[in-house]
Amino acid sequence: MMVPESYYVGLSAVLFTIGVIGVVIRRNPLVMFMSIELMLNAANLALVAFGRRVGNPDGQAVVFFVMAVAAAEVAVGLAIIVTIFRLRRRLSVDDLSLMRW
Amino acid sequence: MTDLVMPPVLLGPLLPTLLVLGAGALVLLLDLSPRPQGKEVLGAVALAGIVGALLATLARWGKSGRAFHDMVVLDNFALFVNVVICYAAALSLLLSVDYVRRSRAESGEYYALVLFTTAGMMLLAAAGDLVVLFLALELMSLSLYVLAGLFTQALASSEASMKYFILGAFASSFMLYGIALTYGATGTTNLDRIAAAVAGRSHDPLFVIGMGLLLVGFGFKTSSVPFHMWVPDVYQGAPTCVTALIATGSKAAAFGALIRVLTVALRGAQPDWTALLWIVAVLTMTVGNVAAIAQSNLKRMLAYSSIAHAGYMLVGLVAGGMSGGGSVLFYLLTYTFTTAGAFGVVTLCERARAEAVEVGDYAGLAERHPVLAAALALFLLSLIGVPPLAGFVGKFYVFGAAVRAGYLWLTVVAVLNSALAAYYYLRVVVYMYMRQPEGAPVTYAPSLAGALALVVALVGIVALGVVPAPFVDLAQAAVAPLVR
Repeated sequence: MMVPESYYVGLSAVLFTIGVIGVVIRRNPLVMFMSIELMLNAANLALVAFGRRVGNPDGQAVVFFVMAVAAAEVAVGLAIIVTIFRLRRRLSVDDLSLMRW
Repeated sequence: MTDLVMPPVLLGPLLPTLLVLGAGALVLLLDLSPRPQGKEVLGAVALAGIVGALLATLARWGKSGRAFHDMVVLDNFALFVNVVICYAAALSLLLSVDYVRRSRAESGEYYALVLFTTAGMMLLAAAGDLVVLFLALELMSLSLYVLAGLFTQALASSEASMKYFILGAFASSFMLYGIALTYGATGTTNLDRIAAAVAGRSHDPLFVIGMGLLLVGFGFKTSSVPFHMWVPDVYQGAPTCVTALIATGSKAAAFGALIRVLTVALRGAQPDWTALLWIVAVLTMTVGNVAAIAQSNLKRMLAYSSIAHAGYMLVGLVAGGMSGGGSVLFYLLTYTFTTAGAFGVVTLCERARAEAVEVGDYAGLAERHPVLAAALALFLLSLIGVPPLAGFVGKFYVFGAAVRAGYLWLTVVAVLNSALAAYYYLRVVVYMYMRQPEGAPVTYAPSLAGALALVVALVGIVALGVVPAPFVDLAQAAVAPLVR
């Protein structure tokens, strides 16, 4: 049974929205970070689904680049989070209020 | 399904970027060499890489090159932006040599990361494909996130790094999803082919949403309202030499890519995005200037002022065409020299072994360090737009292009905003020349390289202000192939 492409695109839109909501309402940087990864993977799913619809492999090729970028982003992001944790011993973006207005 | 064809490998158009990347790799290797050596050597290698890239860029002027299936387009437009980026990176490097040593944060990685982020910026300006655009943007941003957190023991620096990272990655995700939707609507990620695919049907909902998400990402990178919230915190918390790079180089690269996407891929929908940018420009100018008035921290004030300047550049973008686009490129050049210089003075001033960043710290600076005070005053006057300095000419061309294109009200708002901006810039000058210092006076942290950077920036703003015509002509010639 073939699943139509629009289902995949719909799923990716739902995943992307969940990611956006996660970044906006959660206060733990790790969870916000996971939500961002969810957004990137939603885009990956959309790229693959669209690639099948338009009939060229570009979309799937892009996904590999995005996965590599996402891995680099994880490395940098976790390093920053560890640095903050060493200085603060707590992990919440509400604490990051040294600079305001 | 078509057969896969290996594109011919033409490294020529990538040469400036490759020189910078090569210098970055060399810096990392030298840093590991067992022979103990000063870190100045690494700084010199990094600077040599940037100067080499600048020379390679200038040598290619007029020779348009496309490589890798039009993924990299090194035309005059990209070359002009590359020159701006090279100047920004070189000034930032010169300012940082003594600054990072004084702050005990000197490391080989610092210079390597500056070079990697510069390579990302240069590639971003030359991106002819949304994939390259995304990759270059990430190369630039990931390096900058780390650089912003360079002072690992300072809470403000780590906080800036964290805020920059979370919001930057958030914006990048929007951009990527926009790219995915655009690909779905057009079947390609190449800017030229996108324009051809949507010719006549630019209101396809999938395409509109995709481009909208892409513009959200650009709004973040160019620090336009309402995506500017990260700017003051990051500019304030990051090491000042890194702030100078974020404020000049990354902004130039983002504007370069934005102009290319708007004028190439969205050629058919110009009335729509012009109307959108009109509103964004007014908001960006006004919010930036009004918020800057309330600041007591000099770095934060300059951050809001850089938001306002992004607004002026958007005015040029709204004007469109050769004169509008050319004026934005010229503005980027003047803005780079001026802003890098202003942040440069901040890196050279310290008070009680700490950075002097409050406006009040600069009280009475003119009595003890008249040259430094005069330099900062000139940079601030150029930011206001006082003739004959570069800032005035930059504004003149941008506003002139807007008037000629018929955007009279937008120009009125922009001019009123520049008048408003004079207040907070002049306040610093008043402090330097007419107030007595409270507490320990600000001292000059000696730095030959930093002084050299200030001289270069001063020569830049005076030369661009006195003889702007050849540079404006070059900027307009650079935009010409895009607008056609």
